[in-house]
Amino acid sequence: MDRMATWQRVLLYAGMALFLLFCLLPFVEMFFASLRPLQHLFRSPYQFWSDDFSFEAYSQMWETVPRLGRYIFNSVFLATVTTATALFFIIPATYAYARFEFRGKALSLGAFLSVNMFAGAVLLIPLYKLLRTFGLLNTYLAMIIPGAAFLIPTGIWLLKSYLEKIPVELEEAAWVDGASRLYTLRRVVLPLAVPGLIVISVATFIGAYAQQFLFAVTFNQNRDYMPLPAGIYEFVGYQTVIWNELMAASLVGILPVMAVFFLLQRYLIEGLTAGAVKH
Amino acid sequence: MSALSKLHRGTSLFAWLLILPAALYMCLIVAWPLLETVRLSFTNSALGVEDYVGAENYAKLAGSGRFHDIVLRTFYWMALSVCLKIVLGLAGASLLNSRLKGGGIYRVLVMPPWVVPIAIGCIGWLWLYQGHFGLIAGVLQRVGILDGPFEFLAYRDSAFYCAVITDVWIGTPFVTIYFLAVIQAVPRELHEAAYLDGASRWYRFRRVTIPYIMPSIAAMSLLSVIWTFNSFEIIWILTEGGPRGGTTTLIIDTYKRAIANFKFGQGAARATIIVLLLTAFSLLYLWAMAKINRRYAH
Repeated sequence: MDRMATWQRVLLYAGMALFLLFCLLPFVEMFFASLRPLQHLFRSPYQFWSDDFSFEAYSQMWETVPRLGRYIFNSVFLATVTTATALFFIIPATYAYARFEFRGKALSLGAFLSVNMFAGAVLLIPLYKLLRTFGLLNTYLAMIIPGAAFLIPTGIWLLKSYLEKIPVELEEAAWVDGASRLYTLRRVVLPLAVPGLIVISVATFIGAYAQQFLFAVTFNQNRDYMPLPAGIYEFVGYQTVIWNELMAASLVGILPVMAVFFLLQRYLIEGLTAGAVKH
Repeated sequence: MSALSKLHRGTSLFAWLLILPAALYMCLIVAWPLLETVRLSFTNSALGVEDYVGAENYAKLAGSGRFHDIVLRTFYWMALSVCLKIVLGLAGASLLNSRLKGGGIYRVLVMPPWVVPIAIGCIGWLWLYQGHFGLIAGVLQRVGILDGPFEFLAYRDSAFYCAVITDVWIGTPFVTIYFLAVIQAVPRELHEAAYLDGASRWYRFRRVTIPYIMPSIAAMSLLSVIWTFNSFEIIWILTEGGPRGGTTTLIIDTYKRAIANFKFGQGAARATIIVLLLTAFSLLYLWAMAKINRRYAH
């Protein structure tokens, strides 16, 4: 096929640089802001370079907001439990959709997917009542229960294309050997589905970590249970915002989810796109 | 009776048993709240009161110029943001697909806006938009576009477009990766045939790639429309719907009414309208997609 001229290559690299600049600029600027003393941040006009960069904000922030560590722990804890809860519902349901033909299959699958249409924000009032009725307001569960529900439809959709690739003959062989259905699911299907399970676990974990704001500020007033995206606003005071520590805390707070992403990004990106390439 | 036909006997019941937990969960957390929202929309429910008032909430909304503005703003917000995400996503996917030196690292570097919590990403943008000390105002002053500090989030128009930019920033990575996968699935033979016929790179993109991936573009647009329509946290954190309502979309208005002002009935009417609009939009879209799929069938 045709080779690219030099100017075309240059244009491509420039386009790529621009695209990455858009994606990463806020993080770069957050990092630089976290390194500057507060007085230095409040200088106008904007200065690109400082001679007094320091990591002081990263040690000071734990004293300004004593619960910061707790908030970060809550975020990781909530995301983990929410993911586990969602998977508990996703795995059996998806197996049914990937393997069996049954009455009401298309309709019920469509119903699951249409849940994507309803944001949590639309259903807040009844959800609030529901959680109050069960006495769950101001607990971890107030954030886990609705959080997991809105992750289930996408999880089913992602995992389905994975399970469909596992040859059905293996299960039939197990069945012929006298294995029960549940045994087949546990011992034959699940081990083969591990790559797919990793993908939806990571995607669900990222989703659960990302969506920790709305339910947390609406259903939970107890600061001990607050996740980071809600608790971090303690750096925003009535008079002034402690920007450098706010940035430092933000960057430290996203480390867990970034670590998960970077460790497993190879599976994740390929997995997220596995559903896309089925024509 | 062979083992295989036994395997498929009674599967209906077994399949439903597997689906049941998820189905019940969704009924409790999504379906029931949805019905309850519709019911509440016909009441004046607030703190301590709840009486049936018929369609009064809807009648009020129908006659409210302010509400009409909010609906129009929501559609403008949605159209602008979705178009930008689709165009940027296609551009990003094409760049990622062009095999630049450095390999897969670009794919990874594009993803962080999607990976980090929305509320945290917004903190970065709050600082960028800061009028006196922020990067954007600083750069624009340096190059002479601004002659003094400018608070981007303090004026209706600039706040609106700032919210759009942040929404696009958060939504683009997922669209990009999705389109990348779709573009990579375009059969090589199609490109080679067009190349042998003398088609340029740009011509092949327009006449080979785009038609081939059209059904996927349509599908992603629908998802993106729904997500953008429901986008709450970004606007809430950047502006809380202000200044003077300049960034108040339907979802923000619903939240303010129901949660901030405790007017549950009035909030529920707005929520119901959101659901109706999105349902209508989705049905229209699925109908259009069926047409697109037929037209670009391969």
